[in-house]
Amino acid sequence: MTLSKTALFNLTTTLLLLAGQAFAAVHDVREGDSIQAAVEAAQPGDTILVHPGIYRETVYVDKDDITLRGVVVEGEWPNLEGDKQLNDAILYSGNGFTVEWFKITHYKGNAIMGQAGNNFSIRNNWIVDTGVYGIFPEFGENGLIENNVLSGIEDAAIYVGMCDYIDVRNNRVFENVAGIEIENSRHALVEGNIAHDNTGGILVFITPGLPIKTSYDAIVRRNTVINNNTPNFAIPGSLVSTIPAGTGIIVNSGDDVVIEDNIITGNNTAGIIVTSQDFATGVAGDPASDPNPDRVQILDNVMFNNGGDPATEVKALMLTQFSTTGPDILAYKGAAEAERESCVSRKSAYRTYGLEEWGDCTSPTVRAADAVGSAPALAGTTRDVTTKMLPEPATPRVITVDANGAKLVYQGICAGCHTYNIRMIGPPVMAIKAQYGDDATAIAQYIAAPEKKRPDFPTMPPQDHLSEDMRLEVAKYMLGLNK
Amino acid sequence: MRILLVILLYWAQGSASADTFELSPFCPPALRLDDAGRCTLHSQYQAYGSLYDKGVGGLKTGLPPVRDGFTPQQIDLGRLLFFDPLLSRDGSVACSSCHDPALGFSDGRARSVGVQGTPVQRSAPSLWNVAFLERLLWDGSKQTLEEQLQGPLYAPNEMGGDPQTLLTTLQDNANYRHLFATAFDDQPLALNQVYTALAAFESSLISLNSRYDLYAHGVHSALTANEKEGLNVFRSFVARCAECHTPPLFTNQQIAVLGVPEAEGRPLDPGAAATTGDASQRGGFRVPSLRNIALTAPYMHAGNFASLRETAAFYTGGRGHAVPEGEELNLHWHIWDPQLSDRELDRLVDFLMTLTDQAFLPEIPLALPSGLPPARGPGVATGGSHALNIHTAPTAQQKALP
Ligand code: HEC
Ligand code: HEC
Ligand code: HEC
Repeated sequence: MTLSKTALFNLTTTLLLLAGQAFAAVHDVREGDSIQAAVEAAQPGDTILVHPGIYRETVYVDKDDITLRGVVVEGEWPNLEGDKQLNDAILYSGNGFTVEWFKITHYKGNAIMGQAGNNFSIRNNWIVDTGVYGIFPEFGENGLIENNVLSGIEDAAIYVGMCDYIDVRNNRVFENVAGIEIENSRHALVEGNIAHDNTGGILVFITPGLPIKTSYDAIVRRNTVINNNTPNFAIPGSLVSTIPAGTGIIVNSGDDVVIEDNIITGNNTAGIIVTSQDFATGVAGDPASDPNPDRVQILDNVMFNNGGDPATEVKALMLTQFSTTGPDILAYKGAAEAERESCVSRKSAYRTYGLEEWGDCTSPTVRAADAVGSAPALAGTTRDVTTKMLPEPATPRVITVDANGAKLVYQGICAGCHTYNIRMIGPPVMAIKAQYGDDATAIAQYIAAPEKKRPDFPTMPPQDHLSEDMRLEVAKYMLGLNK
Repeated sequence: MRILLVILLYWAQGSASADTFELSPFCPPALRLDDAGRCTLHSQYQAYGSLYDKGVGGLKTGLPPVRDGFTPQQIDLGRLLFFDPLLSRDGSVACSSCHDPALGFSDGRARSVGVQGTPVQRSAPSLWNVAFLERLLWDGSKQTLEEQLQGPLYAPNEMGGDPQTLLTTLQDNANYRHLFATAFDDQPLALNQVYTALAAFESSLISLNSRYDLYAHGVHSALTANEKEGLNVFRSFVARCAECHTPPLFTNQQIAVLGVPEAEGRPLDPGAAATTGDASQRGGFRVPSLRNIALTAPYMHAGNFASLRETAAFYTGGRGHAVPEGEELNLHWHIWDPQLSDRELDRLVDFLMTLTDQAFLPEIPLALPSGLPPARGPGVATGGSHALNIHTAPTAQQKALP
């Protein structure tokens, strides 16, 4: 029997994967130990179990596929404590990062901040007063933020910034300036969260001046957004410092936002505000950023008791309609164009301001039967959308150990000292080829720990930062050069 | 085989000898010749993606779109032009006078000085990695390298030339006639070719091989404990440096209003507002890259911060602390009062120093087609070649550190 090349390859990959899993280790960290030391020791795939106790450190994870899991014992949590001295509790850039079951308190910057880590899960954390943000993934693709409880944050408790394909589910956010903020991000589902007693409950924003310019395709569904009347305590100059207290949901220039099946009550300025960027003042202009909210759909939402004590700006607007209370829904045009192609269902059920040009979303009357169980697709609703996360993980970011990867490494590193024909810092490749023939293994060995060879050359710096396999690939690549 | 070797070695030295000028048929390092005869970038960063290919993110994040695809000959011709003071009105100034490789492609001055000692408005930025910039100049007002370089060529206070004279000067030079014909398929010598060649050379200045980069690719021993601490301050949401100086290029290429002070007695530089006409951008500048930043003191558009320490300390001076009275600037929201400690400022500087990498420093011509000596920056000894001795890999000692 002969195995085809592909079959053999598949078999090898499977074996490798299995081997990888077999070696996935668990590292226990107990009070007095350093979590960071465990991260340093961990390999991709490993889990770090942190037992109850107080941990005063900044943990940074620049590796892929690490799980940081707190072990809660009879109500005792592992507690990352910043004492208002430390900047961030957890910083990650690796892909496939999971962090869960931590209590995080009193940091200055963030509880959990991600920079370009894809495929992340941030779950079941209890976060109190961690400075500017609580949970802040930035530049990430495909992530889950669920079942976290956050309070006392001076900007957004959960801040999804410049990300794609994110679910924010079942979190409870209270006594923050902003509860949940989706900013310059696309494909987000914000579902089943409870946002209460913040300055503003849920925000979908485009902020000008950021490198990624758009925010679109967000569903804000089945959230409970109540009594968000906390006076604004943001740092002056920050973007959320202009949010009026008493705001339930605010869409600032985001596009294609669906607001559906939420309970929005007791927010003293307005239940829902849809506005252009004119609303936030004091930010330098950015011609590449579209200031208008387009195609906003406000479907069935339960709204009452909103606008009881509106912020001054809104009060002034309402006075033009001879009312002293704020509305359930406020569309604020400012100097910008109208909200293009936006619509609202059952407009007459709500007290509104500025919705003259909005159409009727004509969503169907939802029968009780449709709301039960796995609801089938129902035209005019988003019921068939269960997640905005990707069906498959986002593409991994790895330099592959093959000819392709070797080419990048060779050009990126070796080519600085070796050219094909000219003597640079190192001898020309032509000379090396003459010397080594096709013995790539010998080169792979040499470059791991080079010893001095030529009197008129410096010693070559070791390349043992490359794996053995990669050194061999690079050596082969070098010997294959012919120009 | 022996003959081939001899020819190749001859090529290698061709551009260095005064009598015969030949252009190198090889791409500079970092670039590789493709089948169409063009030099294209190869970097480990190309194994990584980035959201919308914007080239901003974290450690393993792809690069922004790059300007490449020039021929080796165009790049090499650009190298000669870059150093040649023949391109200026009086034969005294070249691009390299203000962008000297020995000074990180800057000039060490607070404000650059052009022909006959006339000062320029701002400080000269480095040219490392300009191939990735979608907006050029401090105020971000130029979109392409070709468009930008006509500024210094013809500005009376920089190189002071004019297009017609420049063209005739080059046409009158037999060496250049020959070299342009080689680089541009025997087309008649034209100014566009000058711009293309200079842009080709500039975009070959790639620096992506620092110790920071090794760390980013996963070699965690490449940085010392202090440097890692500095990285964490840099990317923390307290200092917020990485929010604007975003890896991998350490710029997000956006305009930001910081309220940086001017030099003593100088009026406020309106920055981007002067060219866009948008008053809200008054005092706004394009976020500069911080790669090779240790080499290009003094800092900021006004060049009035002498050290990296002083520059980092600006950010903790309080929001708007240096804004002149009576000015209402739309300061960026990330400019706040992070209250960085002395220790954190020191660590930031430690980290910024890890962004140095000159492994792909180009060769400085020994002689030029004009016969003039290559122009060098202030205080740089004349003469060709360069001291290339940059070990980018961590030393054994660094590895031993925790
Ligand atoms: C910082 C400069 C530098 C870098 C980067 C570098 N080399 Fe070298 N290389 C040298 C020098 C210098 C020598 C000559 C050392 C000697 O003769 O003692 C050398 C020699 C060699 C030799 C010949 C050894 C012998 O037995 O004579 C090989 C093979 C080699 N390098 C491969 C590589 C590969 C592959 C890479 C990239 C992974 C690389 N080098 C990166 C500087 C460098
Ligand atoms: C007299 C000094 C001087 C000379 C000569 C000079 N430059 Fe500059 N260069 C500067 C200064 C100063 C700036 C910043 C100007 C500004 O932003 O207002 C600059 C900016 C640049 C930039 C923008 C870099 C960035 O980060 O945006 C590029 C590219 C550049 N120069 C290329 C060149 C080239 C090519 C030449 C030769 C044709 C040249 N320069 C000649 C002083 C000079
Ligand atoms: C709001 C965006 C923003 C933030 C945050 C920011 N910078 Fe900057 N940085 C800029 C801009 C814009 C400039 C150019 C300003 C000027 O010249 O007026 C600059 C300039 C610099 C320079 C000088 C560059 C040169 O070529 O002269 C350094 C060094 C620097 N920043 C370091 C830092 C550090 C360290 C931090 C964090 C403490 C930081 N920056 C935070 C936007 C930012």
